[in-house]
Amino acid sequence: MRMKGISQAIAQAISQEMERRSDIVVLGEDVTYWGAVFGFTMGLFDKFGRKRVVDTPITEQTFMGMAVGMASVGLHPVVSLMFVDFLGAGFDQMYNHMAKNHYMSGGQFPMPVTVITAIGGGYGDAEQHSQVLYGLFAHVPGFKVVVPSNAYDAKGLTIRALRDPNPVVIFGHKLLTGLPFLPYEGGEDEVPEEPYELEFGKASVRMEGSDLTVASAGLMVHRAMRVAEKLRKEGISVEVVDLRTLVPLDEETLSRSVKKTGRLLILDEDYMSYGMTGEVTFRVQSRALRDLKAPIQRLAVPDVPIPFSEPLEKEVIPGEARIEAKIREMVS
Amino acid sequence: MFLKPEPTIKDLKGLLESANFTLDQLLNMYYQMNLIREFEEAIGAKYYEGKNPFNMASGPIRGEMHLSSGQEAVAVGVGGNLRKEDVVVSTHRPHHHAIAKGTDIRKLAAEIFGKSTGLCGGKGGHMHLFDKEVRFSCSGIVGASFPQAAGAAFAFKYRGEDNVAVAFAGEGAANHGTFYETLNAASLWELPLIVVIEDNMYADSTPKSVALATPHHFQRAMSLNVPSFLVDGMDVIDVYLATRKAVQRARSGGGPSLIEAVTYRFRGHFEGDGQEYRERDEVELWRVMDPITRLGNRLTKLGVEKERLENERRKARERVEDALKFAEESPYPEPSTALVGVFK
Ligand SMILES: Cc1ncc(C[n+]2csc(CCOP(=O)(O)OP(=O)(O)O)c2C)c(N)n1
Repeated sequence: MRMKGISQAIAQAISQEMERRSDIVVLGEDVTYWGAVFGFTMGLFDKFGRKRVVDTPITEQTFMGMAVGMASVGLHPVVSLMFVDFLGAGFDQMYNHMAKNHYMSGGQFPMPVTVITAIGGGYGDAEQHSQVLYGLFAHVPGFKVVVPSNAYDAKGLTIRALRDPNPVVIFGHKLLTGLPFLPYEGGEDEVPEEPYELEFGKASVRMEGSDLTVASAGLMVHRAMRVAEKLRKEGISVEVVDLRTLVPLDEETLSRSVKKTGRLLILDEDYMSYGMTGEVTFRVQSRALRDLKAPIQRLAVPDVPIPFSEPLEKEVIPGEARIEAKIREMVS
Repeated sequence: MFLKPEPTIKDLKGLLESANFTLDQLLNMYYQMNLIREFEEAIGAKYYEGKNPFNMASGPIRGEMHLSSGQEAVAVGVGGNLRKEDVVVSTHRPHHHAIAKGTDIRKLAAEIFGKSTGLCGGKGGHMHLFDKEVRFSCSGIVGASFPQAAGAAFAFKYRGEDNVAVAFAGEGAANHGTFYETLNAASLWELPLIVVIEDNMYADSTPKSVALATPHHFQRAMSLNVPSFLVDGMDVIDVYLATRKAVQRARSGGGPSLIEAVTYRFRGHFEGDGQEYRERDEVELWRVMDPITRLGNRLTKLGVEKERLENERRKARERVEDALKFAEESPYPEPSTALVGVFK
């Protein structure tokens, strides 16, 4: 069926897996009536009831810890962390337990937990509701980090997560949800009705090109593609690589692309320093240094919180004009 | 639901006398509550400008918007006991607390519009209001207000100042670990802290009934030896008098208190909320208890002329109109200012 946005796709993926398996429960704030605010659990309450779809009190630390306990005895919790910005209130249970118990226990416990959270700004929600932060999760060993940019990927990657024995965090960008109250920057995708899995660690080349590679994830993939389409008319040929998962990271596809184009721009909506852009730069240069025709460049949030006022917000979140200027500068 | 029975006119007079509470004070509270209501309704109306179809990113006010209509008595009843030097730490629903603490409503409005003349130069917006002048701050993170207010209370005690710190939070936030952790520390150290649980029955779409094992917060506070007041949050007098006791206790070194104020939000959790989680009838029932109308009726019974009340309301409306005009006419900040201010 044709689908607009990742929310419906993620909700459908969870629903289909829940139908097949009784070990999946969904918990988090407002997951029933509100479908976790951004629609990732939409419709599940009507279908499965409060026994399997549970509104928790506002207790991030506790429900994340409960997920660890549930997983240790054979359930597969799907936990909604409403906005990624709220992770601070539950991060101990996530990074010291959820991410580590498998390793610490010498492999005795798998940790099948799927955390779904919303990321990103661009609609005026300011410092504490607009962050991306996937770099924090990717930094801690033990989490797989999934950042879908479209409905087809979102469904396949969510089903994969629900079949994974490890903690997987899925980061859904708010401007890709397809919900009517937010701007939408995605497209429409053909999404198969039946369940399917997409492998983790496989980037997708969204657009072929020969002059420069843009590596990105989530919303920024769409901005890159729109710029690439525009530049194509002028004869600048940009290849757009959608990383899809940051952990595991598909170095193979990335470096193959950079070997072909000789130039790499990494585009990120997370903070710049110590983030995804630095990591990708390092990995690519260690595989393809000799193929680079120019230094790797990056565009990200310049190490300031996301401000409220529109002109300020536009100044810090990479927009198409800035992406275009950067690409022009790199190919000239 | 917790509402105290309406006092008879004789009892009301007696209550005011014994509490040393003047008609002028009551009238001022009436004005303050109207100021808040007018402000919230005006912001609410502006918020929908340019949002048809509804899209959070468009219009003169962007992002989420949490309004407090219905909850004015809590803010004003508490705020009426505070001095400029006292600290208030508020939540994602902060306008009424800010106004009751005495922020300049022009700057407040300008911040909500993202203007350079706003409290934070447009950096914070509606959920992140900071006003050093009157020692007001807030947070978009639920449960964050408790420890921050306790920290300020610690500082007051440490320096031997008789100021108090107030943490406002919803009943949803009271489930957060910070609630217990803060009350424990504050009780242990006898901090001049007042925790106000503004119980409006819902946390987002989640009714209290599915999120709290007890309907009452004072029971939890009592387990940590924190004295508590259960007050009718739709009655500004009840809130005011309880807070007065809590503040006296705190200023005189007696330690923390909790105020559980039962109230109701007339609007959705945020603007755009379809409110499918509650019945219209329920909202209508609570509207009967509108704290402003309720106080107005009492003032009338106490002999205040209708025109005088109408006058207070008009004054409030005019001030709000002026504030919104100021906000709208103010310039946006220079984009480059986004890049400064992380460190001093
Ligand atoms: C740590 C954290 N978790 C979740 C949220 C999302 N959230 C914002 S307001 C809210 C409900 C708060 O309810 P309550 O404390 O009762 O205050 P009210 O909105 O009723 O004033 C939630 C869950 C948040 N902002 N911060």
